[in-house]
Amino acid sequence: MLTRVLLRQARRLLIVLLLGGLLGATLVRLGSGFGVDERELDPRLSPDTRAAIHAEHATENNIVIFYAHYLAGLARGDLGFSRSLNRPISKLLAERLPVSLESLAYGVLGGVALGLGLALLTVWWRVPGADLAPAVLSGLCLAVPAAVLALVFLWIGASGRWAIALIVFPHVYRYSKNVLAAMRQSPHVPAAEARGLSPARVFWAHVFTPAAPQLAAIAGLAVSLAFGASIPIEVICDTPGVGQLAWRAALDRDLPLLVIITMLIALMTLVANSLADLALAAWAPASDAF
Amino acid sequence: MNRTQKAALIVLAMVALAALAAGLLAPSYSQQFRDSISAPPSSRFPLGTDDLGRDRLARLLYGTRVSVLLAPAAALLSTLLAGLIGGTAGYLGGRWERIVTAAIDLFLSLPWLFLLLAIRALLPLNTSPVASVTITFLLLGCLGWASPARIIRAGTRSLANSDFLLQARAAGTPSARLIWRHLLPNLRPMLAAQFWLSIPVFILSEANLGLLGLGISEPLPSWGALLRELENYSAVLQNPWMLAPAVLLVAVVSCLQLLLRTEDRTPC
Repeated sequence: MLTRVLLRQARRLLIVLLLGGLLGATLVRLGSGFGVDERELDPRLSPDTRAAIHAEHATENNIVIFYAHYLAGLARGDLGFSRSLNRPISKLLAERLPVSLESLAYGVLGGVALGLGLALLTVWWRVPGADLAPAVLSGLCLAVPAAVLALVFLWIGASGRWAIALIVFPHVYRYSKNVLAAMRQSPHVPAAEARGLSPARVFWAHVFTPAAPQLAAIAGLAVSLAFGASIPIEVICDTPGVGQLAWRAALDRDLPLLVIITMLIALMTLVANSLADLALAAWAPASDAF
Repeated sequence: MNRTQKAALIVLAMVALAALAAGLLAPSYSQQFRDSISAPPSSRFPLGTDDLGRDRLARLLYGTRVSVLLAPAAALLSTLLAGLIGGTAGYLGGRWERIVTAAIDLFLSLPWLFLLLAIRALLPLNTSPVASVTITFLLLGCLGWASPARIIRAGTRSLANSDFLLQARAAGTPSARLIWRHLLPNLRPMLAAQFWLSIPVFILSEANLGLLGLGISEPLPSWGALLRELENYSAVLQNPWMLAPAVLLVAVVSCLQLLLRTEDRTPC
């Protein structure tokens, strides 16, 4: 079963990457300024030299050849060159990716810990109105744009990574609470309670453990949400990460850079989703046995 | 509908009415009162004026009109696209369904804001205000189809395999009639749910784009554009009424979420 899931995920990853690459290449190809070489504007150059420079880009005008060159370059690890920052894209990513990944790790872990923790508390503590405060907090976090949340964190002098946690938290909380509450209402739970098991044991063995595979599915979504939130948060909090780089690329219309960043983020999100699916597949036999 | 939801509906109705009546309640959003630059709230300007002498209340009302009325238009576009793409894939099945599923996977694996930035960067950045409104909301509508399409595809697939559709098909009902009389009426609640769920997402996306300087161009106001003023922290501290757009945005999105509140069981 695990091998089948692994193969399915690998195939999905490949298809999506191939399609994403083609989509990215199309965007770069259609972007303004494509195929224009600044050297052609040099008044000292003769018409022959200009024609030679123009001919260097001739192959790029054929869209099929351009796709092939673009994808071959990507496969070799040649990510291209940023026109706006005048640097190789691979170097820019090497500098900024660790910064973003650190923020995202804190944000995702913080958001999942807060969301799951509050969901566990709410479902465990069966008092009417126990979920009021977490529900209001999660509703508020869902209603505030990430950029405004980043501004609030900037004003209070806190790190933007915790703003990412507050973006992830409400989604994790709502989903986890619903999954855990549904599991709590399963007929096997009152049966376990009737057998005299302690509430903690009932909750751990009969509510949380069987719900764990479903809860793991939220990991992929959390990563995707965190990446999305990283753009406004890094821009507002002036964090030198990939989100800020994407924003600069958008303002400067540096499509090669923007497309590579988008594809990289898509790849990471897909890998996170695939890992969640694999964890689910690995866990499923154990929970079935249970 | 419980009491909280009724209250939310009343708040939304009042905001929509105020936005529609912006022309009656406040003067032009772009008129500059040079004698009242950065003025505090007064009877003439209930929310004061900005650093160009423009009435903040007028800008808020016109901005609300842009954000609150165009987000449903974008939601309608994305729902129609989702219905067309997802519905066709679910109904036809086979290779078309596999292609559409791969396309949906591709779109959903790209974080929303990254995708918006990539496509927005492809389009002209220095445009007229009206063109920027059109671009922003068309972009939201055209890129927001994937998540609803996945749900509509699954719903259509399930309906296409249902007994009543099989009977109708066996009775020789033509495909067009099958879709029009049997499939679409049953899909309508799902399409309506996706439409309403998209509205807060698009309002928040426009706000984020606006704050990043990639939304609607000045002098046309929108919530995203109005929120850019909040970057000046010291000014916000001295003039807390500058927070009015943020408060209104949070109130409207909260009310929409209260109205749409359902027990979500799937991460999407």
